[in-house]
Amino acid sequence: MYEIVVSINIGIFILLSLSLNIITGYTGQPSLGHAAFFGIGAYTAAVATGKMGMSFWMALPAAFVITGLVGTLLGLASLRVKEDFLAITTIGINFVMVAIFHYTPYLGASFGMPVNKPLLAGKEMSNYHFLALVIILIVLVCLLSRRIERSWIGLALGGIRNNEEAAASVGIDVNRFKIIAFTIGTAIAGLTGAVYAHYMTFIYSSDFAFLTSITILSMLVVGGMGTIRGAIAGAVILGLAPELFRFISDYRMLVYGSILVLMMRFQPQGLLGNDSFVWTGIKRLRRLRAAGDSVMERGTGHGKG
Amino acid sequence: MLLQQIINGIVIGSVYALTAMGATLVYGILRILDIANAGAYAIGAYSGLFLYQTTGNLALSFLGATLLTGFFGTVVQKFLYLPLLEKPPLIPLIASIGLFIFIQDLLRLIAGPQIREFNARIPFESIRTADLTINSVWILIILLTTLLLLFLWYVLNKTKIGLAWRATAQDLEISTSMGVNVKKVVAFNFLLGYGFAAAAGVMIGLLYNSVFPTMGDVPAYKMLAIIVLGGLGNPLGTVVASLLIGLVETLVAGYIGFFLPRDAIAFVALIAILLIKPRGLMSKKA
Repeated sequence: MYEIVVSINIGIFILLSLSLNIITGYTGQPSLGHAAFFGIGAYTAAVATGKMGMSFWMALPAAFVITGLVGTLLGLASLRVKEDFLAITTIGINFVMVAIFHYTPYLGASFGMPVNKPLLAGKEMSNYHFLALVIILIVLVCLLSRRIERSWIGLALGGIRNNEEAAASVGIDVNRFKIIAFTIGTAIAGLTGAVYAHYMTFIYSSDFAFLTSITILSMLVVGGMGTIRGAIAGAVILGLAPELFRFISDYRMLVYGSILVLMMRFQPQGLLGNDSFVWTGIKRLRRLRAAGDSVMERGTGHGKG
Repeated sequence: MLLQQIINGIVIGSVYALTAMGATLVYGILRILDIANAGAYAIGAYSGLFLYQTTGNLALSFLGATLLTGFFGTVVQKFLYLPLLEKPPLIPLIASIGLFIFIQDLLRLIAGPQIREFNARIPFESIRTADLTINSVWILIILLTTLLLLFLWYVLNKTKIGLAWRATAQDLEISTSMGVNVKKVVAFNFLLGYGFAAAAGVMIGLLYNSVFPTMGDVPAYKMLAIIVLGGLGNPLGTVVASLLIGLVETLVAGYIGFFLPRDAIAFVALIAILLIKPRGLMSKKA
């Protein structure tokens, strides 16, 4: 049972890390307030099922759409700000959102908000069901990310990340693509929030605080920004670390902080990002093996000839 | 009542100015958003408290905390920020957040999570009239802030290292090629910036009579709002923006009773202003 709980938690962080990857990894827009959108989705879903009597299965797409809409609006609003200014604006958005969750009586204010366990085929969903749901969502988000990576959208986003002016000069509508990335990324975070709220059955404003945004960003950074494997690996590593090393649980934030500092100082591409030492090692191994195979093939080819 | 609120606002604003000044100086010269500066603020408060408890001398504790934290700043720039100069801005930003988290947790582990009282004897009396009270701590804060800001103004505008600072802030590469010892300038910059943050930490410790590990949280993010409002990297703008935020917060919280807490006001103002002027209130044109 314990393994299931840990897996669901990590799964939720994988979803968040993948969704931030679309905004920060692919497009290069520093978003330091991702937890705000996670929270918007969670509160939207909680209101939808708790106050409006919608079913969980209706609340999921509702959270997806509404968070995506809010993300689009905030994305539109922050088009004028870039880099450092965008980073600060997103921190600001995070703080204001948490303050709103914390001070709105309708949302439970400082008491938090209870959420009902959702039903599946007439019965309460068990943790196994939640794990299955999370895994399905991860697969879908991975497929979507891959699709983005390999399509012209991905090329446009990469262009914006590397050099916005150059991208604009070859005719890429920079604003449009930034908004697309922002909308997709925030909508997925909102969907994740909806799952989280119903899995936890209780949400509280500080669940979505700046520290959560930092945790998500750390996962992406440690794994390797801009890659699907990196986003997943980071969430798994940082999600598992406190479980595997119980003795460090008191030093968790200390470890977090030092990992961030050391990674940025010595390995800013992340563990599995392109050009990171682990990934180049893996690639070299693969190439060696491929070279070995081709030598063998040539050998047999000669034999036939 | 209004006068009292205004004085409140000025006191808060001057502490904000000192807290944000460190980050402004760092941004001005390296174009790095230094969130860890708020960690320096907490280090300053703790070392100030410790020094006061061991020596019983407030001046000594101020001086010691400022120097100690300033020295810490020079170490940080040497090993963390200078090597990251060539990287995209997100990387030093994340590193500084990491450092900030690290400092806070280290303080918690060393000094414990509980709130510590900072009871110090202020060497002069409070001013009290029929409808106005000016606390002795407030007087101390306004005096010290004015002194430190005047000192900064003098250093930046009238000394050789100030000239080097201004040159480097305009263009790091060209200054290097013109023979400015940029490494020295940056080190000095961090000495000043972290020292200022430490002084602000001691003052806040005295003002609220409490020192705790996460005391840098709110200043960390508010400091960002302030330096952006002041037009990133502009020391004068920072002072104006700090006083503005201090006054607006106090007056809004005191009179209008905004439904969000006062710490959120700075961010609402920040977001609103950034959307109108994307490069800050007092920025020169992009």
